[in-house]
Amino acid sequence: MPKITYIEHNGKEHAVEVPAGWTVMEGAVKNRVPGIDADCGGACACATCHVYVDPAWKEKIPARTEMEESMLDFALDVKPESRLSCQIKVKPELNGLIVRTPKSQH
Amino acid sequence: MTDSIVIIGAGQAGVQAVASLRAEGFTGKLTLLGDEPFPPYQRPPLSKAYLAGDFARERLFLKPGAFFAEADCNLRLNTKALHVDRDAHLVHLENHEALSYGKLLLTTGARVRLIPVAGHDLPGVHYLRGIEDVDLLRPNLVAGKRVVIVGGGYIGLEVAAVAAKHGLEVTVLEAASRVMERAVSPLVSKFYEQEHVRHGVHLMLGAAAKHFEGHARVERVITEQGSLEADFVLVGIGVVPNDEIAGASGLTVANGIVVDEFTRTSDPDIFAAGDCTNHPNFYYARDNGRVRLESVQNAIDQAKHAALAMLGRPKTYREVPWFWSDQYDLKLQIAGLALPGDQIVPRGDPASRKFAVFHLRAGKISAVEAVNAAPEYIIGRKLIAEGKTVDTDALGDPEIPMKSIA
Ligand SMILES: Cc1cc2nc3c(=O)[nH]c(=O)nc-3n(C[C@H](O)[C@H](O)[C@H](O)COP(=O)(O)OP(=O)(O)OC[C@H]3O[C@@H](n4cnc5c(N)ncnc54)[C@H](O)[C@@H]3O)c2cc1C
Ligand code: FES
Repeated sequence: MPKITYIEHNGKEHAVEVPAGWTVMEGAVKNRVPGIDADCGGACACATCHVYVDPAWKEKIPARTEMEESMLDFALDVKPESRLSCQIKVKPELNGLIVRTPKSQH
Repeated sequence: MTDSIVIIGAGQAGVQAVASLRAEGFTGKLTLLGDEPFPPYQRPPLSKAYLAGDFARERLFLKPGAFFAEADCNLRLNTKALHVDRDAHLVHLENHEALSYGKLLLTTGARVRLIPVAGHDLPGVHYLRGIEDVDLLRPNLVAGKRVVIVGGGYIGLEVAAVAAKHGLEVTVLEAASRVMERAVSPLVSKFYEQEHVRHGVHLMLGAAAKHFEGHARVERVITEQGSLEADFVLVGIGVVPNDEIAGASGLTVANGIVVDEFTRTSDPDIFAAGDCTNHPNFYYARDNGRVRLESVQNAIDQAKHAALAMLGRPKTYREVPWFWSDQYDLKLQIAGLALPGDQIVPRGDPASRKFAVFHLRAGKISAVEAVNAAPEYIIGRKLIAEGKTVDTDALGDPEIPMKSIA
């Protein structure tokens, strides 16, 4: 199973295994990684699953869709490496992925 | 601070209340009662990816089992609350146990409205609210089968989209003159009607099911317009709030458990959140501002407010309502609450399968319905919250970016 490391705003790391086919958001929620609310459960409707993808991984993840791009306008502190974690599907190539959670989702 | 809280109803609102109570510092005893056999789960995928078979059941669960242990919450499944004795501060369970509470939260949700016609209890007549409903429904999703869907609301249409994609012969009966009449403007209804027809769905407007016929199971649906052969039927004609426990214990109930803007019921120790509540909504400008909503947003946000209120730090509920629906490759996103009489400002061409409809009241946006149009949804939602007067000409001109309107 691909391993994903979530780093909280305060620096605390959570390295967890996430089944391929799930989303990066689900990997966090199901492993009780704090800092991701995911109110809409992954429907790209709430923008409360915002993360920063480690720059080393940016190219390995499919680009944002137009829907995700717009939804990110709703997030706080958006940066070039900002993504909605419910829109990133976990696959074997993402083994080792590092994402950081923002200070707040609202 | 109260030393024990019992929550009746382990759904979207109940689980949010557990998370919020602990996050807000509640250290007392916490019990979450659910009458279903499953841990709290999300319902939206039930009529979408989970029905289509693209989504494993465990992905529906809102929190992993360890969450409840860590939150020191006693999650009791298959446990139905029958009665609340407010004087004794006791919740009586179906298994004859009684639990005492300091504060009580009702998050009992809603259940499907049953169709009161002959043949309604024939095998093959389905409803859709919970996991078990989908597990019964899904084996019927076989190419070539004929399904009659009674009700052209969100759930009926989402199921129609999944069934059409699976190659079924789909008929949708809608008693009103247009689909999703309660929720969207005529322009959006029209667009969705055309999309369903384009995908091969046989749509009958102004048509109601008079009764169901069949020997061992349902075989046909009888309407004013004639008889329709069916291998199975799905009824999606709305929900009714689970407010009987509240009513029987003497709490004020009127189309839902009546709560104030802090989620408090008529008993100072009892609170309610989610689909079961009739609440004052800042964004609903009629019926004294009272409304009952059926949405994830309302369940989550009211539960957060209920947690604060139970801890003695009430906060006024003033969140912009939002909702979504997925049909085919179309994402419908709605924010705010429209009323008849609002000025309608369309933006974009429905033929491009990407457009929005704004509703305005006194120059301010009251609601937005966006189809594959996230900027309109997002900025519309912000403008609703801010209550700003907008330039309607600019709003209606898709050449002018939404950002410059905000
Ligand atoms: C098929 C479907 C699709 C949907 N799609 C969307 C969507 O796309 N977007 C959206 O925003 N919303 C959608 N909704 C609505 C959304 O799921 C609900 O608004 C939300 O679940 C409400 O949460 P709740 O906690 O109030 O109620 P529920 O989630 O219904 O939870 C209430 C729980 O309490 C239990 N309960 C009731 N009485 C008792 C008792 N006496 N003792 C013990 N337990 C009890 C119930 O069995 C239930 O498990 C959909 C709903 C359905 C059914
Ligand atoms: S979980 Fe709602 S947008 Fe990702």
